[in-house]
Order: sequence, then structure tokens, then C-alpha cells
Amino acid sequence: MSFMIAGSLEEALTALAAGARPVAGGTDLVVGARQGKAPLPTSLVAIDRLAELTQIEPTDGGIRIGASVTHARLLTDPTIVSDYTALADAAALVGSPSTRNVGTLGGNVMNASPAMDTGAPLMVLGAVAEVQSERGSRTVDLSDLWTGPGQTSAKVDELCVAIDLPSRPARSGSAYVRLEYRRAMEIAVVGAAASVTLADDGTISDGSVALSAVAPTIIEVDGVAELMAGHLPDAVGAAIAAAVAEAAEPISDLRASDSYRRHTVGVMAARAVDAAARRAAGEEISVPVNRAIGVGASR
Amino acid sequence: MIVSFIVNGEGVTARVTTPVSLLDVLRDQLELPGSKSACEQGECGSCSVLLDGALVCACLVMAVDAEGSTVRTVEGIASEGTLHPVQVAMHEAGAVQCGFCTPGIVVAAADLFDRDPTPTTDQIKEAVAGNICRCTGYGAIVRALESVAGERR
Ligand SMILES: Cc1cc2nc3c(=O)[nH]c(=O)nc-3n(C[C@H](O)[C@H](O)[C@H](O)COP(=O)(O)OP(=O)(O)OC[C@H]3O[C@@H](n4cnc5c(N)ncnc54)[C@H](O)[C@@H]3O)c2cc1C
Ligand code: FES
Ligand code: FES
Repeated sequence: MSFMIAGSLEEALTALAAGARPVAGGTDLVVGARQGKAPLPTSLVAIDRLAELTQIEPTDGGIRIGASVTHARLLTDPTIVSDYTALADAAALVGSPSTRNVGTLGGNVMNASPAMDTGAPLMVLGAVAEVQSERGSRTVDLSDLWTGPGQTSAKVDELCVAIDLPSRPARSGSAYVRLEYRRAMEIAVVGAAASVTLADDGTISDGSVALSAVAPTIIEVDGVAELMAGHLPDAVGAAIAAAVAEAAEPISDLRASDSYRRHTVGVMAARAVDAAARRAAGEEISVPVNRAIGVGASR
Repeated sequence: MIVSFIVNGEGVTARVTTPVSLLDVLRDQLELPGSKSACEQGECGSCSVLLDGALVCACLVMAVDAEGSTVRTVEGIASEGTLHPVQVAMHEAGAVQCGFCTPGIVVAAADLFDRDPTPTTDQIKEAVAGNICRCTGYGAIVRALESVAGERR
């Protein structure tokens, strides 16, 4: 067993090239080892304290979130909360305060669980992942990054260094709603994120919807923009729910049956669209939207 | 590997192997058994400590990764023989049954009150949402913590 705390990004990439695996918060990696899913890698490089990976910074065309930024930071960052609200909604639902203090965005994305909470928000916000190795760096669309449960297209020597989000259109809003059986330490039964842009007359001009826990990866629902365009937000709920239920390919497990997931993911998507549209119109709905609109377990 | 960090104000050094958790080092090597070991999966909060000021589950922190950090355990919550108001309130409200969850709840709640002296009931519940009480003594725990907030309003 070997373990190194990377002192720089370069050092981390060298360690990965030599076969080490990255560990950020360890909330998936260590728990996976304890549960016997996968033994701890024999060589680890810690990337949680790297200054290069812990910045949230504006870019020419939007915002760049370092891979080792924690959920606790995301849910309080003023720009994330005001402009990329669905991501804050998701970060606020992860685990408990302790989980959020150490769990990172990069760890969530690269762990590639089909039930991950930040995935659907990132997709509707148009995020791309920046991955880097000693061989160079590239950006990957999230739909190309996630290839199956726990699987990504990143090579073993590649580190996710940041998630890039484009700037938001005027009069736009976003939201992430998760069906949960309890208020903390929960995994999404299903989840849905929506982004909505409004025209001057209050009708929807553009939008997108992505889903958690209803397919082998997070999926974006095709045709949502066309379905919503030109309609008032109040009028699209049923059509969204139907399109989403159609797109979902859920499984049955001890948490829910496939038919229950197919139905409820439509309900969550309609609520996410409604909350996103209200935010787009300037209404303050606090983070996480789950608590604000009373989804899931009550007190 | 040798790891050095500060616990409750004192510098410590321990010899550890990679998979060993900070929790095991605190309990087995540093004679600080207040943090409890139960699920070891980040689910119950009985191992809650403050790592560089942030509430964490010590069972999920690799001891080697604590190098250079500052750790505060439940043993460091009272200052010089004076109990923290959270400890007094838990005692007075009878918010302790078997006591197994108590150290974790004290650390999580002390962290909350040190950041925000007058939290709402919702904020109190959220702050201890990662702490499971197997005796299900939540009513008394929340009442105790509400009384701390109440006295300060
Ligand atoms: C009690 C508990 C509750 C949880 N609740 C939720 C929840 O509600 N919602 C949710 O989505 N998740 C939840 N999780 C899962 C987990 O906390 C999150 O997925 C978290 O974001 C993982 O981040 P991490 O930094 O801890 O990842 P780590 O465990 O450090 O890493 C996870 C995986 O990603 C790899 N990795 C990490 N960083 C990078 C990088 N920059 N580049 C390449 N690979 C990388 C690691 O090698 C590892 O394979 C929970 C976990 C626990 C223990
Ligand atoms: S023992 Fe650490 S959370 Fe349960
Ligand atoms: S008092 Fe027994 S676990 Fe809480």
C-alpha cells in the first residue's frame, strides 16, 4: 500500500501515470472498500487539498468549478446559488453535513453512480468535464463521460480537474427535485433536473430535463425544448411527465419498482420544470427546492 | 507511515498503514475513545470529529490524509473543566439513553452553536441529520438543543 498527498497538480498526474488512483473526499472510495464492493487501490494519491482543484472561478464564457470543490462549498457559493441553482439544490441534498464537508463534485461525477445527485443538474446546465493527464488535457461532454454504472470513458491516468459551465441566458432558472424516503443520508429513488428560459411574454423559449436513477447513467430527455417552446410553464406539466416516463428505463430494486420509478420520475420532472420556471421569472425559491416545496419525507 | 497532526490542541504522532482510519488512530493509539465506532460507513455519525474546523466522520478519513491537520474530538469540546452549553443541556434534558450516539451529537451540535448561536429548530435538525440515535431519543435531543438556542435569544 502506498499513499501520497499530492503537493501539486503535476505531482498528482505523475502519480496517476505510475498507476495510483485518486482519492478526494473518500466518501465513495472508502465506503466501497468497507462494503466489500472494491478493495482500496494499492496506490493512492490524495487530491482534496490541491489549490488548483479547489477554486470556483469565472471564465470568459461561464464558470469553472475545480474537481475537489466540496458539496458544502457548492451549496453556499453565491454564484452557484443564484445562477446554477439546480446544482446547489443537489449539493444540499447529499448525505449529511459531514458527507457534504468532504464529498467533492469531482468524486461524485467520476464515481458515475446512476443515482448521483449532481449529474442531472450538470447536464441541464450544459456542463463539460475537463480531464487532464501527463499526455495533455481535453474536455468531455457528460453524455460521453458516463458509460455505465460506476463507469466513465476517462483513461486510468486521467484526472478530472474541473467542471465547466456556460454562462446562463437572461430570464433562465434551474431546479433539481429528488424523490426521497427520508430527509438525510438518502439515495435518490428518482431525481429530475430542469432548466427553463422564458421569453418576454412569459412563455417558455428553451429548456431541458435530465434524470437520475432511472437508467444505467444520468440521461437527458430528448425533445423537451420543442415540447415546451411557446407554452406557458403552467401548461406543460402533463406533457413533460409523459415524455419523461417514456424516456426512463428504470429497474426494480428494494427501494422501488420500475413502474413506481417510471411514474414518479415524471412527477419530479414536472415539479422541477415548474420550480425552474418560477426561478426564471424571478421568484425566490430557497435551496434545496425539495424542502421549499415539500417533496419527500416530511418532518 | 508516520503521520503528525494536532488533536485537541496537542501535537501527536502515530505510525499508521494506509487503510487505517483517523477514528481507529484516535481510539486505539491516542487513548481518545470518546468518538465511537459503529457503522464505519459514514452513515451514523457516532464518530463525528472536527477536522480543520469541519464536521466529518472520522471513520471515513484515512489517518494518513490527516497529516498536518487540526482535529477536535468530543474530549476537546469542554474547555478547562467547563462543559459546553450543549453538554449541559443534553445532561439536563435527559437527552442521553444508552449514550452511544451522544459524543457524535455533542460534536455536531457544538459545531452548529459555535457557528450560529441561535439556530432554528429546522437548522438544529439539519445539523444533526447525520447522527443516528439507536435508542431513538430524538425528541429529547432536539428539545435539549432548542433550549440552548432559546437561552441565547
Ligand atoms: C453517508 C453517505 C451519504 C451519501 N449521500 C449521497 C447523496 O445523497 N447523493 C450522492 O450523489 N452521493 C452521496 N454519497 C456518495 C458520495 O458522498 C458522493 O458521490 C461524493 O461526491 C463523492 O466524492 P468524494 O470526493 O468523497 O469521492 P472519492 O470517494 O474520493 O472518489 C470517488 C471515485 O472517484 C474517483 N475520483 C475522485 N476524484 C476524482 C477526480 N478529480 N478525477 C478522477 N477520478 C476521481 C476516485 O478514484 C473514486 O473512484 C454519499 C456517501 C455517503 C458515505
Ligand atoms: S462509525 Fe463513522 S459514521 Fe458510523
Ligand atoms: S442514546 Fe442510545 S443511541 Fe442515542
